[in-house]
Amino acid sequence: MGEKNKMEKMTTPNITKERIKKYLAEGKRFDSRTPFQFRDIVIESKVSKNAEGSVRVKLGKTEVIVGIKMGVSTPYADSPDKGTMMVTSELLPLSSPRFEYGPPRFPAIELARLVDRAIRESKFIQFDKLCIKEGEKVWTVFIDIYTINDDGNLQDAASIGALAALKNAKMPKYDEKEEKVLYGEWTEENLPVAKDLPISMTFHRIGNNFLIDPTREEEDVSEVRLTVGSTAGMISSMQKGNSKTLSMEDLNIILDNVESVRKTIAEAIEKQSK
Amino acid sequence: MAKEFIRDDGRKFDELRPMKAKVGIVPNADGSAMFQFGDTIAIASVFGPKKMHPQHSQNPEKGTLRCNYNMMSFSVEDRIRPGPSRRSTEISKITEWALEPVLMIDDYPNQVIDVHIHIIQASASTRCAGINAAAMALAHAGIQMKDIVSSIAVGKIDKQLIVDVNKYEDSVFDEGEGATDIPFTFTSKGKITHLQLDGKINTEDFKTVMQLAREGSKKVYEVQKQALKDAINGGKE
Repeated sequence: MGEKNKMEKMTTPNITKERIKKYLAEGKRFDSRTPFQFRDIVIESKVSKNAEGSVRVKLGKTEVIVGIKMGVSTPYADSPDKGTMMVTSELLPLSSPRFEYGPPRFPAIELARLVDRAIRESKFIQFDKLCIKEGEKVWTVFIDIYTINDDGNLQDAASIGALAALKNAKMPKYDEKEEKVLYGEWTEENLPVAKDLPISMTFHRIGNNFLIDPTREEEDVSEVRLTVGSTAGMISSMQKGNSKTLSMEDLNIILDNVESVRKTIAEAIEKQSK
Repeated sequence: MAKEFIRDDGRKFDELRPMKAKVGIVPNADGSAMFQFGDTIAIASVFGPKKMHPQHSQNPEKGTLRCNYNMMSFSVEDRIRPGPSRRSTEISKITEWALEPVLMIDDYPNQVIDVHIHIIQASASTRCAGINAAAMALAHAGIQMKDIVSSIAVGKIDKQLIVDVNKYEDSVFDEGEGATDIPFTFTSKGKITHLQLDGKINTEDFKTVMQLAREGSKKVYEVQKQALKDAINGGKE
């Protein structure tokens, strides 16, 4: 890649930003989508065979891989009969010239925490079914997210990947006598999850206009964003991002669109897991 | 129904815990303040604007607001390991986003304003108390501001909407639909600079609780305003 091309990937030129704003004011986008239209959601399952569950998610050129591993650990003192979960994410330098190696910085932490909360708060994973021996041993679900290519909206791609991977995860075999996990051998049972998917989606505001599933360029113009986690008719998590304000009317516009976006994403995930 | 509901600490559904605020609690700082919601106590100090170091971190277009939120290890029942965590890193950033919209940050190119927030005693709504204290500390430091922000956590326990969530409602309550915690931060004009939500709530209830949050934020604002006045000339206009 030439130096000039590389610089353009590091920052979106102002002239492009202005045109994105101008187009959006007329309800148009560069890739001819409407403001509340997702890119095609492509989910490929079982991309890593040693994982209990794994998927590759593509939203246009954006791509992430999410894997599930199960471990055994001691439960928290306040919930001795419940399993636990942990979400981590890495913004791999492989996926963008903007990412660098090193301890996770804020964007990676936020990505993981938003995925974590959408799943945890909606009680999607049935933790009461992940107890091995009360007070001593429970299953821990590790959800690990790796970015492969960043063309915007890694957040929603990661959430979709986490749900799809959880849905296709199998429970590993557990040797009760030896009290250890027989990794590499799986039972016929799926990881216990609820029927309703807690879909997480991010709305962006540019000027007075909203859009979802931004490309990298569009995300660079985004002034303020709101990530909403929702199961049918209910909201289970929210987080506003960036240093611009939202009005109460803005929130009403977002809330009016949550249900249709939720359905689109839920259908894509259900389709792959059949 | 809503009117007769009494909470575990004796409050009505839309009643805030007693608030206290004080400005000028850290003599060494350029600005400082304490804010308290019942048993939740936050202190904040501001240093700057000062030159940003290292130089490559300087932004010639506008100043940088840098917040650091921390819970003291003994502020909760189970001791917290000192040092940053994923949770505190996130709250620090959210605090920056909550405060920056009211700062005239463009007036401070190449400079940084440091805001340090510590929770001395925690009983839910710590990020809100921290933001409230930080907003006052920034004003006290004489940073150019267009407005001030006021933060409050509203929520829902089972089907009951509540204002100013306490520890029991945030982390102990677990009946029916469970507990939902929704911290909001508003400017005095009613724009939202910060919003998070954890739990389960339908859209209609959310719209109602948003109005309750707005009303609550006005009460927080009055307390902040009075404390700032008290710091200048003994409370007179």
